[in-house]
Amino acid sequence: MNVEASASSMQTTNVASGHRGDLQILTFFVNGDEYAVDILSVQEIRSWAAPMPIPHSPSFVKGVINIRGEIVPIVDLRSRLGFPEGVPDTTTVIVVMRDKSTVPRVLGVVVDAMSDVSNVLNDMIKPTPVQSESGVTMGIIAMPDKMIGLLNPDLLLPVRKISTQ
Amino acid sequence: MAITLSELQQQLLGTFFEESQEGLDHLESGLLSLEGTAADAHVIDEIFRAAHSLKGGAGTFGFVGLTELAHEMETVLDRVRSGKQQVNPTLSALLLAGVDGLRSMLGDIHQGLPGEGSAFRPLIENLRATAHVVPPTAVPSPPPQSVSAALTEAPVVVWNINLRAAASILSSGNEPLRLFRELATMGELKVVADASGVPPLSSLEAETCYLAWTLTLQGNVRREQIEEVFAWVSDECTLEISQGAVAENSPPIGKLSASTPTAERLPAAVRAVEKENARSSDEPLESIRVSVGKVDQLMNMVGELVITQSMLGELDDDGPIDRARLARIREGLGLLARNTRSLQDSVMRLRSIPVSLVFARFPRLVHDTSRLLEKKVELRLNGQTTEVDKTVLEKLSDPLVHLVRNSLDHGLEGPAERLASGKPETGTLDLRAYHRGGDIILEVQDDGRGLSRERILEKARRIGLVAEGVELDDAAVYDLIFAPGFSTAAAVTDLSGRGVGMDVVRRNIRGLGGDVSISTVFGQGTKVSLRVPLTLAIIDGQLVRLGNHSYVVPLLSIVESIQMDTKHLMRIDGKVLAYRLRDEVVRVVDLANVLGMPTLTGGLSDRLMVVVESDGEKIGLLVDELLAQQQVVVKSLETNFDRVEGLSGATVLGDGQIAFILDVVGLGRLARASAPRLSLVAA
Repeated sequence: MNVEASASSMQTTNVASGHRGDLQILTFFVNGDEYAVDILSVQEIRSWAAPMPIPHSPSFVKGVINIRGEIVPIVDLRSRLGFPEGVPDTTTVIVVMRDKSTVPRVLGVVVDAMSDVSNVLNDMIKPTPVQSESGVTMGIIAMPDKMIGLLNPDLLLPVRKISTQ
Repeated sequence: MAITLSELQQQLLGTFFEESQEGLDHLESGLLSLEGTAADAHVIDEIFRAAHSLKGGAGTFGFVGLTELAHEMETVLDRVRSGKQQVNPTLSALLLAGVDGLRSMLGDIHQGLPGEGSAFRPLIENLRATAHVVPPTAVPSPPPQSVSAALTEAPVVVWNINLRAAASILSSGNEPLRLFRELATMGELKVVADASGVPPLSSLEAETCYLAWTLTLQGNVRREQIEEVFAWVSDECTLEISQGAVAENSPPIGKLSASTPTAERLPAAVRAVEKENARSSDEPLESIRVSVGKVDQLMNMVGELVITQSMLGELDDDGPIDRARLARIREGLGLLARNTRSLQDSVMRLRSIPVSLVFARFPRLVHDTSRLLEKKVELRLNGQTTEVDKTVLEKLSDPLVHLVRNSLDHGLEGPAERLASGKPETGTLDLRAYHRGGDIILEVQDDGRGLSRERILEKARRIGLVAEGVELDDAAVYDLIFAPGFSTAAAVTDLSGRGVGMDVVRRNIRGLGGDVSISTVFGQGTKVSLRVPLTLAIIDGQLVRLGNHSYVVPLLSIVESIQMDTKHLMRIDGKVLAYRLRDEVVRVVDLANVLGMPTLTGGLSDRLMVVVESDGEKIGLLVDELLAQQQVVVKSLETNFDRVEGLSGATVLGDGQIAFILDVVGLGRLARASAPRLSLVAA
């Protein structure tokens, strides 16, 4: 028991001190701000294609698109983050990612433009000072020259309805 | 560390549960197929093994109750295996109760309950008693006329064997354990090892044999047989074989003819079928086992596809596209279309599993239920190898159980009543599965009382389903038993069961895109047929256009499609609500509205109405245009998103566009929820 406890506390210290756990992120622009997701959750990046709207879905769900035979829902990141909706243009892309919910889902996220891939250290990630309403922004990455919102892909889609069957 | 260990344990536990379920199924089907027949060594071995590995697994995880019960069952089974105990109704009932006990304990443990309850103490005691009582008295058996004359075999003898192996026996590749196993097949074997010759660990050589054994073999074995076992090692050991005294409680092996007591309860046909069953239903429902034949077929298809591809590839050079070349390309494309189609068929077939997986549960069900009701029933299973999509089959299981229960409970009569009406004492219950077109048909047929037209009508009139004075044809009368509420008939005993949940059965089957029909002759029996499509993964659909998007209406649910006539429309609050369709008034559903799309402009006369059947009601769906009819592959929206009311899924059309597949039942519900109540009175 003692051994276990000390082992697990050691692990926590390790992570907190940032000696390991460097994060690689993919950053993109939404309404002039920069946001990012863990690059490991990204599957591919596609050019914009109009989705098929889903009836009775929240306004930030734009619909579904067909990715190699798979039906993938599309979330408009502008409306998900509470910004006014934009008009898709040539730089608009769909970032296709997998969330880590219990039954993983593939989703596409509409962003204004791609930015970069960068490495961040764990101690650069700060908690959001104000809890965002959607909870989608799980942290802020303080870069030397800018701030980047770190998104949680698991919370982008609406929570699944509990099946009545 | 601790975390990984418990994770590993969890994993192992999962495997244990899976294997135990499988083992229990083996045990149960084995026991059922064993009943009454002369002990089939193969089957006995199999069920013994099942009990044994269950015990081992339970022991590993420290499930004491489980281990104990399994152990007692194993002991009894061991006696059966060695011929000391005959299988008879009492015994098999006891063992089946044991299976139930094990299953219930496993279920408890699985749910995290202790599962070691003392509820099974009496059962364990009972098994223990059975295992230790001298066979003829343990079994209340019929008088001596059923004792066959098979007492001529060699008497049971006890052999004492002393074996001292040469130290080098192991290095010559002879393993004494194998010899003992061989001996154990002849009778009851006790092995006592003398380990006194084993040196301290420091001077122990792993390849040297230090042991000696004293073996006691009890059974109808001749000396030569034992000597034969040791023939290979005779020069590497010292062997003494001597005959011991016959143990007191080992009488000649009971030669009670096992067929007599059980045959009365279970006709031979059932047993035969059950036996077939026990061997054919090994697969668990959780995964699909695919036969090599199917994979080979798939390989062939892919082979042809590769050939077609290379043929088309040859045409891909810079040569001129002339007539001949064009013809070659056309030919190639035609081949490609054919190959794709058959590839699709083959892949679909991979999802198909035989109905025997569901039929397998019925021998036990019929066995138990008929016994409980004191009826004699012969269950006949037909078309067990008929294959159907896995998802469909899983959903068919409960309705079938329902129908079989109904037949046993209310359709088939007791022996006395059957004899009185001039029928054979034993009733028959047929379960059939076969293919017809793109459907699978499942039939449950009994030769029991049949439905009484008069009594159904009487009952329907009494509860107000049918107005007085209205005459119905036979089909309409028998259809009444599917009406919700008809089931609660309590007084009409021979009918009530037919009604219990029949509406639920019908709803379930319709949910699968199929239907239920019933045919009956009063006094002669009833047949219920379930018709369901072979697969849910591909459906025939009618493509419709709504605004800029396409939707798919399942072809099965479409009654008709019409050009609307404004004379027959009724509007309320500017919305179209009802349409007169000949002598019916149907609810009109503005699809765009219900699906939350912008309401379409344009005259109603330009629109079409697709009349669909939704939960027994006809509704008219307003669409802009009818497009092609085609087969579509159903893809779930739940995989990456969620359930969406009114849609049963989505599909990808030929041009890569997505079309949603409409769920007409859900649409009807949505429309009812949003529209004011409309009383449908004929205009």
